Amino acid sequence: MLLRVEDLAFGYGNRIVGSGVSFGLEAGEILCLLGPNGGGKTTLFKTLLGLLPARAGRVHLDGADLFTLSRTAVARAIAYVPQAHAAFFPFTVREVVVMGRASRLGPFSAPGPADEAAAERALETLGIGHLSGKIYTEISGGERQLVLIARALSGEPRLLMMDEPTASLDFGNQARVLMQVRRLARSGIAVMLSTHDPDHALLCADRVVALQDGRLAACGPPAETITPELLRGLYGIDVVVTSVPGLAVPVCAPILD
Amino acid sequence: MSRGPAAVAGEVSARRNLGLSAAILSGLALLALILAALAIGKYPVSLADLGGVLGHRLLGLPSRVPAAVETVVLQVRLPRIVAALVVGAALSAAGATYQGLFRNPLVSPDILGVSAGAGLGAVLGIYLGLPVAAIQGLAFAGGLGAVALVYGVGLAVRRHDPVLTLVLAGVAVGAVLGAGISLLKVLADPYNQLPAITFWLLGSLSSVTLGDVAAILPMMLLGLTPLVLLRWRMNLMSLGDEEARALGVETRVLRPVLVAGATLVTAAAVSMTGVIGWIGLIVPHIARLLVGPDYRRLLPASLILGAGYLLTVDLIARSAGTIEVPLGILTALVGAPFFLWLLAAGRRGLG
Repeated sequence: MLLRVEDLAFGYGNRIVGSGVSFGLEAGEILCLLGPNGGGKTTLFKTLLGLLPARAGRVHLDGADLFTLSRTAVARAIAYVPQAHAAFFPFTVREVVVMGRASRLGPFSAPGPADEAAAERALETLGIGHLSGKIYTEISGGERQLVLIARALSGEPRLLMMDEPTASLDFGNQARVLMQVRRLARSGIAVMLSTHDPDHALLCADRVVALQDGRLAACGPPAETITPELLRGLYGIDVVVTSVPGLAVPVCAPILD
Repeated sequence: MSRGPAAVAGEVSARRNLGLSAAILSGLALLALILAALAIGKYPVSLADLGGVLGHRLLGLPSRVPAAVETVVLQVRLPRIVAALVVGAALSAAGATYQGLFRNPLVSPDILGVSAGAGLGAVLGIYLGLPVAAIQGLAFAGGLGAVALVYGVGLAVRRHDPVLTLVLAGVAVGAVLGAGISLLKVLADPYNQLPAITFWLLGSLSSVTLGDVAAILPMMLLGLTPLVLLRWRMNLMSLGDEEARALGVETRVLRPVLVAGATLVTAAAVSMTGVIGWIGLIVPHIARLLVGPDYRRLLPASLILGAGYLLTVDLIARSAGTIEVPLGILTALVGAPFFLWLLAAGRRGLG
């Protein structure tokens, strides 16, 4: 198992945000994290990335204790895709993507031709090779999100952690990002992503982890786990989960009264 | 459109060649500026005489110029030129580093209180009537002390974003130190000490000796070394603490190292010349407009541009009027309009 989370408690300083969380993630698997705002998704991500210390429990990366690994060792295995943001300085897309090589370089070295080639490969994988000379701050939000995924891929990680990769993207770009997630998982990379849209979990996830008030509300295959009861518990609204002709997975829609 | 690694490597080496020719070109421009600065001044030296002096000193040719010319070139102008190059390069590199670390285009090397601390140290030295070397020593110690205090506060307050805490602590500590400077100005003898204090706080290269430069050079090199060696990592630092750490950068080690380097360089520069504002703020912007934000090119560009900029400003300061204008005034007067013009011209580089 690539990542094993056992009875994890997480939080900032003395404040415990969540506890009792256990799940595992295999190579090539897509795990989707659902939960309301403030449910602890981002804090869980930061803890699994080793950016925050665990308050209790264990996280094993390839059998090794995550919190004893160096930043470089963690970053080589796990790549983080933040929400598309405006970088502060106007780097070119090429410069942004090659930053994903940092964990594979010594502290005083700069990327060489092999690293530049890895960055170009990552851009080609996502079909955005044409962006490489563009300025990151001048491309669209959807393109930025793809560039950040390319940056993560350029470090050749085995696990991608994506914090709401579809947030603030238009309908088409949301679907494009989800398609890329599926393609990456088929190539053997494990993907863990959070989303506010249960339909995204139904469309692409192998497993759903629902987090509510810092506790595991549900964990299992999406079609069995995402029920009106779970969604009402998570979000406090009535939801219809139904199958529609022509679609292999059910869809969710809220009931407005 | 898939491109092979050969195409990528070719493109990379093409960019390298372009960078190399730009470096050679800017080096030649700087050399021309240095020769002009040796020749121009209140006592004009012809290029032939300048060649004679340099030939005598560098190549051991027989001297054929009056001793007065040699004195002007080597004793008066050379120390100022060397100091201008070193201080301009140092302040610009420190400014570029701080702007990246704090992700803010308004950041200058004073952000963590180094100028205020050095200012208080120097003003105290002038107030107590200490010799020049002691004033410089106090300025250096004051600059480092102020930043150490700010960094200590930043480490003690762990509840907020570490970068924001540092900036706010720097503002607060700077205000206290500024109050101390103002108090000493009120207390100082208005006929002797106050002009000296004012002159020092505006920065000048007029009394710099080669010995002064030699004294601060080790500190400069020590401070610049991490900035130069870690310059690609600076790109990652400019993404912010969390993203840099997620990408595998140990920011808890890198940030103090970079802050220490930039602070050492600034404190050393300020202790020798007084507070010269604007350079550390503006030169990194100009460099970014010219070569982009990648620190692999930005840092060398800042070093060269900063050296050339302060040399030019000092040349104006000592040759434009009948009295010598303090550098702090000129760096703003020359720099700000040029900066606004670049801004209007609209090249990439601002946040």
